[in-house]
Amino acid sequence: MGQVTDELEVMLRDAFPEAGHIRVTDRTGGGDHFQVEVTSPRFDGLSLVEQHRLVNEALAAPFASGTIHEMRIKTRGGT
Amino acid sequence: MSELSDRIKQVIEDEPVAIFMKGTPSFVMCGNSDRALSALREAGAPVTAVNVLPDPAIRQELSQLSNWPTIPQIFVGGELIGGADITEELAESGELERRLEQALGADYRDRSTERVVDLLAPV
Repeated sequence: MGQVTDELEVMLRDAFPEAGHIRVTDRTGGGDHFQVEVTSPRFDGLSLVEQHRLVNEALAAPFASGTIHEMRIKTRGGT
Repeated sequence: MSELSDRIKQVIEDEPVAIFMKGTPSFVMCGNSDRALSALREAGAPVTAVNVLPDPAIRQELSQLSNWPTIPQIFVGGELIGGADITEELAESGELERRLEQALGADYRDRSTERVVDLLAPV
C-alpha cells in the first residue's frame, strides 16, 4: 500500500470514526487516482449527493493541493 | 452575481438534463465525463452539454452554485444528481431512469436529443 493511500485512509478514519468500512485504493498505481469506499451509519437517510459531499469535504485538502488528481467514491449507509 | 453565474444557473434551471463536462459529447476530454455521458445516453436522456474547459471561471462559478467540487456535474430537472460515480450508480440500479421519468415525464425518451450550449457565446 502506498504512502498517500495510507494518509488518505487516516484522514477518512478521522472524519468518519464511526465507519464500519473504509478503503482507499490506488486505481492506477500512479499515486494520484484513487477509489474511496466508506460505509457509515452517518449516511443513513442522506442522498448520494449529500454522502459524497461529506467524503469530498473530508478530503478537501489533498484535493486542493493536487495530491488527489482524481477520486471515485462509493458510499454506503449502515455498518 | 456575475453574468456568467446567471447563465450557468439558467442552463441548470431551464434544461431538462444538463451535464457540465470536459469537452463536448462529440469530443469528450475526460474519462469521468465520458462515464456520466454514457450512463445518460443509455438511459435515453435528452442531454444538454456545457463544456467547462474554454474558461476556468465556468468551473469556479458552477462549483460555487452547486457546492460540488468536481467535473462532471449532472442536473435533472434543475437538481444536482451528482458526478460520474453517482450517475453510474443510479443508472445501474435503474434509479436514474425513474428519476428522469419523475422529472421529465414517462415519455422522456421520445424527446431524446443532444445539444451543446456555449456559455461564452454572445447572447
